[in-house]
Amino acid sequence: MFDMQPCEKPDAPFVADAYAASAARTVTRMGRVTVTEGRIGDDWAALLIRVRDDRDEAAFAALFRHFAPRVKGFLMKSGASAALAEDCAQDVMAVLWNKAHLFDPARASVATWVFTIARNRRIDALRKARRPEPEDLPWGPEAEPDQQAALEMQQDTERLGEAIARLPEKQRVLIERAYFGDLSHTEIAAETGLPLGTIKSRIRLALERLRHKMG
Amino acid sequence: MTMTIKHHISDALLMGYAAGQLPEAFSLVVATHLSLCDDCRARFAGYEAVGGAVMECAGAVAMSEHSLAATMARIRSAPAPVSRDAPRRMGIFPAPLAAMVGGGPEAVKWRSIGMGVRQAILPTENGARARLLHIAAGQKVPDHGHRGMELTLVLQGAFRDETDRFGPGDLEIADEDLHHQPIAEAGEDCICLAATDAPLRFNGLAARLAQPFLRI
Repeated sequence: MFDMQPCEKPDAPFVADAYAASAARTVTRMGRVTVTEGRIGDDWAALLIRVRDDRDEAAFAALFRHFAPRVKGFLMKSGASAALAEDCAQDVMAVLWNKAHLFDPARASVATWVFTIARNRRIDALRKARRPEPEDLPWGPEAEPDQQAALEMQQDTERLGEAIARLPEKQRVLIERAYFGDLSHTEIAAETGLPLGTIKSRIRLALERLRHKMG
Repeated sequence: MTMTIKHHISDALLMGYAAGQLPEAFSLVVATHLSLCDDCRARFAGYEAVGGAVMECAGAVAMSEHSLAATMARIRSAPAPVSRDAPRRMGIFPAPLAAMVGGGPEAVKWRSIGMGVRQAILPTENGARARLLHIAAGQKVPDHGHRGMELTLVLQGAFRDETDRFGPGDLEIADEDLHHQPIAEAGEDCICLAATDAPLRFNGLAARLAQPFLRI
């Protein structure tokens, strides 16, 4: 149905190149987040943090080039026309700019965060429905972000993407259909065999630290 | 949160919620449980990450030529986003439920449905129905089965049925195979948030006759 492999990042070298200088500055702020054996995927978080902290339009442009077409593709596979998907993808990227202060790299990768914005936009635009959200926890980006946790979260998410790409096609297509909104809630079966345990443990630990601090 | 939760959200429901595919009444129950349960919140993060990976790798579609400039113009021309106060917990009602009810337990307009049970139907969209149930301590709920799925989240007190005991924060997921007669434990009255995607199947004649009026 949809070929997920290989998961290309054609614009990544451009990002790495154009942002060498800014990345160096970001290192001071974010410590190890950007300096990981040239793993390009890690840079999205650094770019979004530049949008968050410095309102950096060039960093936003790089995020836009990578994520906007993916949001558009995701929405089209969810049943939106090209025109509606284009319009919603622009909205999603505007939300990314406006809500960048809510992004916490220790909790989610940029791809995950963009997905949640796109999903909510899809529910508004295509299903015209509401989706109650869990209670907010006062665990927004901390003044001193846990840099190791942030790095590991980005890496876990990359590994998850690789694991999905390696799944037998039938299973992979079912997961994709669930997320494209092609399966009803009674048709979704979640026995994916995906390595979700590490992400779960990481968030669980972060929550325990938070509860401890609040307690 | 010192609540000891034993009965959690299923993987399928967590994935459905992460994918944005649940009817509003079910989303309300899941969001309310997630507000009480760090374990499920952490599992949920995993399913959102799957969504990120699917979107990342499922194929890009080129944006129109001036889309970046158009988006920057949108950002510049839009009024600064209003930062709304996040909905807050009200007593035993976690934020998503308090937002739906428009307040805490005291704001609920209960309606007696007889047999020591009161209910309040919540204003969710069509497709599945959510209600609050108030069951007097020690009271039995009429014996029933399910045509679809019934989610019952305990907010106060506890109930028991043929399968187990359900206390605060516990979620019972009942499907077509489960036929049960929940009984509220002695002590505190039991308050639950319940959602169904099809009418229940009552055994007793009285409950069956009353069903259209009770909208259960």
